[in-house]
Amino acid sequence: MKILLVDDSRTIRNIQKNTLKTLGHTEVLEAADGLEALVCLGDNKDVELVLVDWNMPNMDGLTLVTKIRETDKALPLIMVTTEAEKSRVLQAVKAGVNNYVVKPFTAETLSEKIAQTMTKVAAPAEAEA
Amino acid sequence: MDVKFVNPFISAITNVFETMLNTKVKVGKPILKTADLVSAEVSGIIGLSGDVQGCVVLSFPGDVACKVASAFAGVDLTTDHPDFTDAVGELANMVAGNAKKDFDGYNTSISLPSVIIGPGHTVSQSKSSPFLVIPCDTDLGVFNVEVAILTSKKPVQQPVAGAVS
Repeated sequence: MKILLVDDSRTIRNIQKNTLKTLGHTEVLEAADGLEALVCLGDNKDVELVLVDWNMPNMDGLTLVTKIRETDKALPLIMVTTEAEKSRVLQAVKAGVNNYVVKPFTAETLSEKIAQTMTKVAAPAEAEA
Repeated sequence: MDVKFVNPFISAITNVFETMLNTKVKVGKPILKTADLVSAEVSGIIGLSGDVQGCVVLSFPGDVACKVASAFAGVDLTTDHPDFTDAVGELANMVAGNAKKDFDGYNTSISLPSVIIGPGHTVSQSKSSPFLVIPCDTDLGVFNVEVAILTSKKPVQQPVAGAVS
């Protein structure tokens, strides 16, 4: 599974990459902001999951999620952010994220949320088959 | 500064360090910043805006900053490493973001982080909003979290369930 990590902090991307590696995901792409992410998604149509930070320069995560959902309703998106207020979570869900992880996070939490998201996304597809 | 804003920062510091660095933090009694306080070598700064305005500074001696950044990133980082400022900035971001979730009724935004590196620097404070210094002691060394906050409005009261208006 090809995964795109979008976070302006390379430290966070490395932490996420290490967690994904332990889960067996080695095909990982990186972007430092929303604009880079859009270019990356344009070049890589086979990305199956995006982890996206909220506060980033150039284009923030909420704008990125909105832009992605204009053309792709199905791509699984997980917001990984310090924004923990209920109002922000609702805003992100309304924009189209499938799941939400609040920083700081443990490797276990991130793993659980990824598994949860992919199961939820796969369920309707299996029901249709 | 309203003391009700202090506890969210204490919780945030302990939560972030325990979760991301597996390090316990002994938080000392907060004190007002004075000119004779020991200056820092590395400072991670986050601005707050909206209903709550001000800034949060994670202020480290150089060796402690390197140990903290290394524990956070999972690799050895020195101040001249390209990822060092990123790690310190992200830690400041997490502390500020984690604290602001407990500012009940206040709509607050946080800035992107800035990091200052240089021996003997201080982050100056305004008279209207002096820094409160929260001393922190860990196995990685001691550091301070400095918080200066002003509020521009009263918090929005959440409706009480079952209340009749």
